[in-house]
Amino acid sequence: MVAVQETVERVRRIDVDQYRYGFETLIESDKAPKGLSEDTVRFISAKKNEPAWMLEWRLEAYRRWLTMTEPTWARVDYPKIDYQDIYYYAAPKPKKTLSSTDEIDPEILKTYEKLGIPLREVAILEGVEPPPGGPQTPNRKIAVDAVFDSVSVATTFQKELKAAGVIFMPISEAIREHPELVQKYLGTVVPTSDNYFATLNSAVFSDGSFVYVPPGVRCPMELSTYFRINERNTGQFERTLIIADKGSYVSYLEGCTAPQRDENQLHAAVVELVTLDDAEIKYSTVQNWYPGNSEGKGGIYNFVTKRGDCRGKNSKISWTQVETGSAITWKYPSCILRGDNSSGEFYSIAISNGFQQVDSGTKMIHLAKNTSSRIISKGIAAGKSQNTYRGLVSAHRKATGARNYTACDSLLIGDKCGAHTVPYVEAKNSSATFEHEATTSKISEDVLFYCLQRGLSEQQAIGLVVNGFAKDVLQKLPMEFAVEAQKLISISLEGSVG
Amino acid sequence: MTLLEIRDLHVGVDSREIIRGLDLMVNAGEVHAIMGPNGSGKSTLSHVIAGKPGYEVTGGQILFRGEDLLEMEPNERAAKGVFLAFQYPVEIPGVTTMNFLRTALNAQRKARGRGEFSTPEFLKKVREVAESLNIPRDMLKRGVNVGFSGGEKKRNEILQMALFEPSLCILDEIDSGLDIDALRIVASGINGLRSPERAMIVITHYQRLLHYIVPDYVHVMSKGRVVKSGGKELALELEACGYGQFETAA
Repeated sequence: MVAVQETVERVRRIDVDQYRYGFETLIESDKAPKGLSEDTVRFISAKKNEPAWMLEWRLEAYRRWLTMTEPTWARVDYPKIDYQDIYYYAAPKPKKTLSSTDEIDPEILKTYEKLGIPLREVAILEGVEPPPGGPQTPNRKIAVDAVFDSVSVATTFQKELKAAGVIFMPISEAIREHPELVQKYLGTVVPTSDNYFATLNSAVFSDGSFVYVPPGVRCPMELSTYFRINERNTGQFERTLIIADKGSYVSYLEGCTAPQRDENQLHAAVVELVTLDDAEIKYSTVQNWYPGNSEGKGGIYNFVTKRGDCRGKNSKISWTQVETGSAITWKYPSCILRGDNSSGEFYSIAISNGFQQVDSGTKMIHLAKNTSSRIISKGIAAGKSQNTYRGLVSAHRKATGARNYTACDSLLIGDKCGAHTVPYVEAKNSSATFEHEATTSKISEDVLFYCLQRGLSEQQAIGLVVNGFAKDVLQKLPMEFAVEAQKLISISLEGSVG
Repeated sequence: MTLLEIRDLHVGVDSREIIRGLDLMVNAGEVHAIMGPNGSGKSTLSHVIAGKPGYEVTGGQILFRGEDLLEMEPNERAAKGVFLAFQYPVEIPGVTTMNFLRTALNAQRKARGRGEFSTPEFLKKVREVAESLNIPRDMLKRGVNVGFSGGEKKRNEILQMALFEPSLCILDEIDSGLDIDALRIVASGINGLRSPERAMIVITHYQRLLHYIVPDYVHVMSKGRVVKSGGKELALELEACGYGQFETAA
């Protein structure tokens, strides 16, 4: 049909070179020698002034990594990664030791300003209005930990958080200052032997955030980490560990961007969450790594292991993610429901355009009684991209009364892209109730024409339809991110048909 | 003043000619009814005026206030004042009707060089119009046309027509799927929008609609052409004798 042919033509002319965060900061950096060896691991550990136990932990991971092979089961296709051709550590050269955010290198401050991330302790992000009818909180605060290449450059609001008893600091500092907590929890959710990329991360991780919320404390503000890869040929291997002790609550946001470069860059992060009895962690991500250009050149390889352990009874972990960037995404934020009555949630919007490949989803592992989980996944594929949802829901034989609800919806824009749903369901307990729903739809020519006839541009029309499609998930985001995410969705689909 | 002028229009779909030399002239303030059997090209005509992709114009011209309409994108035509009330309005899940109306209205106002409505101004206006069309407020909070009955969908079309203040309204079988009560409401909404500056093209199979929306002119289409034009009495003649006589004439 003529109409379809026209869309095909338009999609062919696709241009994803609209990445707004593709600039580079010119700053001198201190790098480890290229390549990976025991010496690299020792170099990183020494740079961080780590205690001996940490170095041992890393070396053990490194030795295990040497025996492992890269996984190939995901529906992604990329040239072989040369792990010896990567810098595993890069840090902006500090002019002197910092005591407050006022002393950060102005170049870095400027970078974060350009990205819209407040490193100075400002009370509120611009353009954020309180929700209609919701509580009026004009002085909402967000504490930010900014990670630039391999190091954390600033963490704001430390004093206020400290007063509440919350520990929020770069993990490299936590290893030195709170070794008992780090040793107790690090690697207990994602063991060093877990998978190829997580093991690599365990050997070479350089920084990331550490959060500990003491019993009964509701963290007084949103915590946020902003990851930025700047240096060329550098991998970013951050490690995040969040512990919500009994009866506590914390909401954590994560954002990421990188400069536009022709070569691919590796990002292999590990995030571990632990909730004890009656605690709750809400973890949100807006992932906007550089996706590569219109020919599929460049972009970030995002191989990430994120897992939460609902260790205590009645505890809850909720993952919300908006994935728009990266050339390759390999990511399955999961929940282990170990405590009785614990619950896990996964809300995801994954958008792919151009030549992006996304293989993402979740695992909900029901181990204890009356555990429940909920999965809402919205995949949006445009251009020549491939978008796969891969999810596992399993009930252990002791998981009496386990319940899961899964809804996976895919939306296709144009006919050169693909959406795939690969659900795995295992119930070893006959009382488990698992529901799965999946739909695939297309933005039809009729819907586009209807919107255009009402005066919307094609761009506005697609933005509107996609935001409508993803609404259930957008509503789960903290307000600050919901605003950003809506804009991001429209931006990342620019050029998908027009 | 001549609003719309169609000269010797030829339109094809998949290399099959649907409209074969059509002429039509519509002045501001006039209501034209276009009648004809299935497959005569009525809906195609409305789509081509509004700019729906998938049609190939192989000859002729469509001028809107003297400007070449065929050179414009559908949203540019909308901004110029061309409005099409769809026979089958689409559903847009997750986008509330209110949000859709507001986004569209502001896009048109912007294109016309007018300022965007403030939220209170907009709400006031929508509520006024909605009330006159018997549209409950709750409907405005639902997804665009999602779960709407046939009558609600058509009322939603008229609501948009009233909000966007177009100068040319094309109503494509606005009566299809409506019971008599719904038809009355829709027709009175349309009649309320008749004005000396605005023209309407009412496309229908049946005379029934024209009892409620009384046209100035009636055109009979058959096989892609206007085969007969006349006053409102032509519709009555059609009702009595059917389209058969024109099928052979064409």
